[in-house]
Parts: sequence; structure tokens; C-alpha cells
Amino acid sequence: MKTIDKLITWSLLKSPWILHFNSGACNGCDIEVVDALTPKYDIERFGILQKAVPRHADILVVSGPVTRQQAKRLRTIYEQMPEPKFVMAVGACGCSGGVFDGCYGVIPGVDKTLPVSVYIPGCPVRPEAIIDGVVKLIQSVEGKK
Amino acid sequence: MSKITIPFGPQHVALKEPENFMLVLEGEQITGSTINLGYNHRGMEKAAEGRTYIQDLYLIERVCGICSHSHTTCYITNVEELAKCETPKRALAIRTLVAELERVHSHLLWIGVAGYEMGFETLFMYTWRDREQVLDCLELLSGNRVHYSINTIGGVRRDVSAEQKAEVMKRINYLVERTNYYIKLATEEPTVLARTQNVGKLPKNVAIERNAVGPTARASGIISDVRKDDPYLIYGELDFKAISHDTCDVFGRLVVRALELVESYKIIKQVLNNLPEGPIAVKVPMRIAPGEAVNHYEAPRGEDIHYLKSNGTDKPERLKVRAPTLANLQSVSYMLEGGWMADVPLVIAAIDPCMSCTDRAVVWDPKKGKKQTYGWEELRKLAIEQYRRRGVDFTRL
Repeated sequence: MKTIDKLITWSLLKSPWILHFNSGACNGCDIEVVDALTPKYDIERFGILQKAVPRHADILVVSGPVTRQQAKRLRTIYEQMPEPKFVMAVGACGCSGGVFDGCYGVIPGVDKTLPVSVYIPGCPVRPEAIIDGVVKLIQSVEGKK
Repeated sequence: MSKITIPFGPQHVALKEPENFMLVLEGEQITGSTINLGYNHRGMEKAAEGRTYIQDLYLIERVCGICSHSHTTCYITNVEELAKCETPKRALAIRTLVAELERVHSHLLWIGVAGYEMGFETLFMYTWRDREQVLDCLELLSGNRVHYSINTIGGVRRDVSAEQKAEVMKRINYLVERTNYYIKLATEEPTVLARTQNVGKLPKNVAIERNAVGPTARASGIISDVRKDDPYLIYGELDFKAISHDTCDVFGRLVVRALELVESYKIIKQVLNNLPEGPIAVKVPMRIAPGEAVNHYEAPRGEDIHYLKSNGTDKPERLKVRAPTLANLQSVSYMLEGGWMADVPLVIAAIDPCMSCTDRAVVWDPKKGKKQTYGWEELRKLAIEQYRRRGVDFTRL
């Protein structure tokens, strides 16, 4: 592994920055993602920061079943992120469409639009599950190193 | 001065849901705006026609993750009305209890978001920390933090025990104390006043004309609260005040929500102390008699209306939902007009949009043909900086 790659992996492991995208979710998962950042769960202490710009982010956190309107925009955002990048599908609808499976405005599951690294189940997900998902993602990147 | 059109949205990565605002700017001042919706369109009303009444309950709950109980209660009232079912008193009381806990969690969430948009991040962290107390109460009563699923056709799924009652009371007493602090902060802190007073004006006559609902309307001096006007559940027997304020600006909306928290605590205590005895649910047949029903409900954001048409089978023929944000969006374009670019995030946040989203704005100068892209974060910084130059600074607190 080149030194530059080692540096990139090291910085990813120490401070994975997340970008949160709502692709048609009911807001339940979105507030739980924000909840994980606020004092009770406070994942910011692990160096995880929520960013507003795709170009700053390492992990794309997608909630919702991906509506047809949002699919194109979701792909644009994903393309703007620098490598290495990962996608986390949050919630039952992010994983498989959940309760919205079969609705005409929905392409069920984030994995039909983007390659997904971590699936976090739950409707809505609990902040503990989000923390667990991030830890598992970091561990898998560490394993590859 | 040349006019500039700015698309505002539709992606927002921090908090809310997608929508798009086209803003016409003259310098820093907004002269017009158009709202585009539909980024979140999933086709739920159509999906509801293909599922049974009990399956729809779980679909309707996911219309919105913040006011999930409001939508199910409104829907279920329609179903029970059509089925001519006599819902037990205890079930209605438990529904009222959960509804008020939901209002507390939603209003605390809003105060936090408003603080964040002002640049007052400490307030955001404080309110979200206290909000966890309500979420704990809801988890204790229903088993889940966000989608409570306490409702079922004919009653509620879970009973409230004496231990749960004591636990909820304890947390509510803590919140009463914290809310007094927030009220003091909202009405006395000069920095908060400078950011909110005379921002996003909505005069009473315009609010009526544009059908504003909920706290947005009440902050414009209109006393409209479904809980008072047309009492449902057990609100008719409870003692509480309908809050209103006549400053017609973001400050008024902040005060209305903060004072409503106090009323909600009062209601929660009354319900817990006088829980009627009896069963919590009755059996309702799967097939619902043909007919039509309309019901309204005071959700945390305003009046929520559900229409239901049944055809005698176990599936509804038509379901229509009018969520409060849709009613309030009409007034947003009025509030934005004549205002400053820097106030846009706060004004949009002030109606507590449930499907709003504003991530990046592109400033386009037609004369030079130049484009400049603003992220929500940058726009927020721009606003904070601009106000800091005028002497409004939260870092000095």
C-alpha cells in the first residue's frame, strides 16, 4: 500500500465524516440520525461529524426508500463524493423499501440506485444501531488495511 | 438593481425533507418566491387502497416520523366512525396522553432547530438533550421511540401501569423546570430577540387568506385550535388554554410553541391523574360498512385532515390526507417577500416544515451570467456573519 493510501485510510478511520441524505423517508430515521449526534449518544466524540457538502464526506447515510424524483439527485451526490466512499442504508425502507414497497413513486431499497456497504435495520433505526453500523464499517475497513 | 433568481433546494443534508424554493432577489432582499414540491412523493394514498384497514394503520403512521400519532389517530377516528364502534374511555385517554407527549417532543425539536438556524447551537444541544426525556416516556408507554403504534382499531395496544405513571410524572416535572428556562431565554435574551423580532411577518388578514394553521396561525393572532374548537378524544373535559400571540413574526411563533409546552404538561398531568378505568380496546369486524368520513386533528404543526371512503370490504376505497405543512407553505412565500436573504433559513424553519428541505442555493446573476453555489451550511454562516456585524453574537453569551 502506498503511503498516501495509508494516510487516507488512517484519516478515514479516525474521523469518518458523514453526509445525511433524505431520499423520501418519513423523517423518523432522519431525526434519529441527528439524535445520534446530540448529547445523549454523542457520536461526535468518535470524530464523526455531520457535513453538509458531499465533497467533504466519507460516508453517505441514506434514509428512505428512494423516490423516483430523488434517485437522480442521490446519484449526483454520490458521484460528487471523493474516494474512498461508503454508503449506509438506514432503516427498513432504506434496506428494502419497507412499508413503501409497492408504492408507484418508489424504487424500493437504496441498493437499486447505489452500491451499499452497510444495512441498518429498524423502523425507525435506533441511535444505538446507527453507532453499531458505523463501528462495523470502520472494523471492515480496518480489516482490509 | 438587477434581479437574481435562486433555486433553493431540493437536497438538504442536515435535518429536513426535500422541497425547492425559487427565490427572486434584488440585492439582498427577496422580491418573490415560488415553492416546488413532490420530491418526497411516494404514492401512499394509492398504496392505502390496496391494503386492509389494519395494514393501513402502519402505513399511515409512516406519513411522518415526527407526528406519526396524529396521522394514525385521525385515520382511526374515521374508521371507528364508519364501523360505529364505541371506543373505551380509557383508550381515548391513553391516546390523548401519547398525543400530548408527541406535541412536547415535536415542539422541543423545533425550538432546537430554530436555535440552530439562528446560530445558537447551545440551545439546539440543550433542547435535544431534554427531548430524550420525552422519547424515554414514549418508549416506556409504547415500546418504541418514534413510531409508537399505540393505536389499534377499536382502542389502544398497551395499558398504562402505576409504575409507568410515576416514571412519566418524574420526567415531566424535570421538563417543566427546563421549559421555564427556555421561556425566559426566548422572551428576555436580547440576541434571540434581535434574530426573531420583525422577521417573517405574517399579518392576521394574510394568515386567514392563505389558510395558515397551527402555531403559525396562532402567532398571527388567530385563535384556532381544533382541541378547543371541535374537541376530540377527551380534550373537551380537560382544562387548558389555547395559546396565541399577536406579534405575527418568528418571535411570536417561538413564544407560542414554548407556552404550548406548558399547556401540554398540564394536560399530561391531568390525564395521568384521572385515567378512567375499564378495557383498553374493543373488537371491530374486519369489514367496514360503506360510507364516508372526514375528521380533523390538531397535530403539533397544525390542523391535519383525513378523508376516508369505504365500500363494505376490508380495504378502503379512497383515503386523502391533508397535512398541516401543505397549508402553511402558502404563507411562507408571503413571509419571505421583502425579507433578507439571511433570514430565509429561519423563516422557513419557523413554520416547522415537515417535508422541507433546503440544501444548496445557486446565486445566478443574469447580467453577468455567473453562477455561485451556496450550501445550506454556507448560507447559515452567511446569515450568522451578517448578524454578527450588526451586533447579534451568540458566542459572547
